[in-house]
Amino acid sequence: MLAYHTHRIKGEPPMSKTRDNLPEVTVQSTAETSALLRELVAHLRQNRTQLRQEWARRITEAKLLTAMSQEEIFAEATSVYDNYVEALETGTFEALQAYARNLSERIIPRGVETHEVVGIVLLLRDVLARSLFAKYQHDFGLLNRILDAYEPAANRIANTVAVGFVQERERTIRQQQEAIRELSTPVLQVRERLLILPIIGVIDPQRARQLTEQLLRGIRTNRAKVVVIDITGVAAMDSNVANVLVQTVEASRLLGATVIVTGLSPEIAQTLVTIGVDLAKMNTVGDLQGGIEEAERLLGYKVVPFGESIQQA
Amino acid sequence: MEVPILKQGHYLIATFQAALTDEDLLKLQDALVERVGKFRSRGVIVDVTALDVMDSFAARTLRALAHMVRLRGADTVIVGVQPEVAFAMVQLGLTLEGVATALDLEEALLLLNSRAKGVGARAR
Repeated sequence: MLAYHTHRIKGEPPMSKTRDNLPEVTVQSTAETSALLRELVAHLRQNRTQLRQEWARRITEAKLLTAMSQEEIFAEATSVYDNYVEALETGTFEALQAYARNLSERIIPRGVETHEVVGIVLLLRDVLARSLFAKYQHDFGLLNRILDAYEPAANRIANTVAVGFVQERERTIRQQQEAIRELSTPVLQVRERLLILPIIGVIDPQRARQLTEQLLRGIRTNRAKVVVIDITGVAAMDSNVANVLVQTVEASRLLGATVIVTGLSPEIAQTLVTIGVDLAKMNTVGDLQGGIEEAERLLGYKVVPFGESIQQA
Repeated sequence: MEVPILKQGHYLIATFQAALTDEDLLKLQDALVERVGKFRSRGVIVDVTALDVMDSFAARTLRALAHMVRLRGADTVIVGVQPEVAFAMVQLGLTLEGVATALDLEEALLLLNSRAKGVGARAR
């Protein structure tokens, strides 16, 4: 990396001078650029095996892609390399984009991080640049022109791959969010006129709203009189969610149903008291069992062991 | 549009047919409070199933109505609040506190009957 930097720093003043004094270089025609790119591509094709190996070695050395085996890294490196060269040659990025997306799809589930993907692309850029330095070190002007042609294309490729990866990751995250949302909480009838709403996991405002709507509709369709909302599975609760909970209780009451909230963990209880949510309107019972028993009492049920006479109980 | 008030045994039943103007609401309130005394009713049931909106004035009037009826010696039960209406109401902070609610007419009658017997659910 250091050598690369030194080279660039040394290389820059002559380049600007060239640009000032030699207009024919500044006005690089597209034809010339493409000629240079062709030369570049030919060079990269020629040294394919060696550069590929060098790249794979550097990846391992930098401890990137640790989730993948040596062989996999080499196989992927080959594909990326070929796509890279192709993108340089044709100047079109669709194939590379598609490949980047495909690659991301495969490696994201294995826990590959963004910095690793950006890291390997930058490594490839570095490996190729070094090989160019090595090849054209005797002709500085030509090296400059080659780099002029190479750098923008290489940057664009690095950009394409990184953006492709991040987009794919975001898509995955969105998909998972939707999946979680779809695993929405069921409203269950356990007895005539008694509903249970077990809530598990994180409640965000959107899910809270969905829960409330679902519960209110459930109350109406099942003609429920008592609802037990069990939040044993809710790890944390902020004031927004607590307020939604209070609103749900009040809305259910407006429909004519009594709500019993069960399973408030010590942490949640403490949070709610600290943030000063008014829980006076809520009927809370320690656990789900207690909640159901209380609900049965409200409904006028009495559960007695089989064989025991009901009068006695 | 005026709301018909039906007398059924010891209870008075008022069913909203459509959204009411503020004036109609006040008329209904006066009529119910007056008739509770006249018929010596023990309970008043207000059925709002037909309402798909409940504004703050309506909610306040219903609450005032319930409290006035209470002072005249009877209980009020609001029945048939739609899920969407309930959700909108709590978001606006209109929770009809101190007013009994029930799912429908049948439930309201059961609730009032149980209160008359002095068993079961207390005022919520």
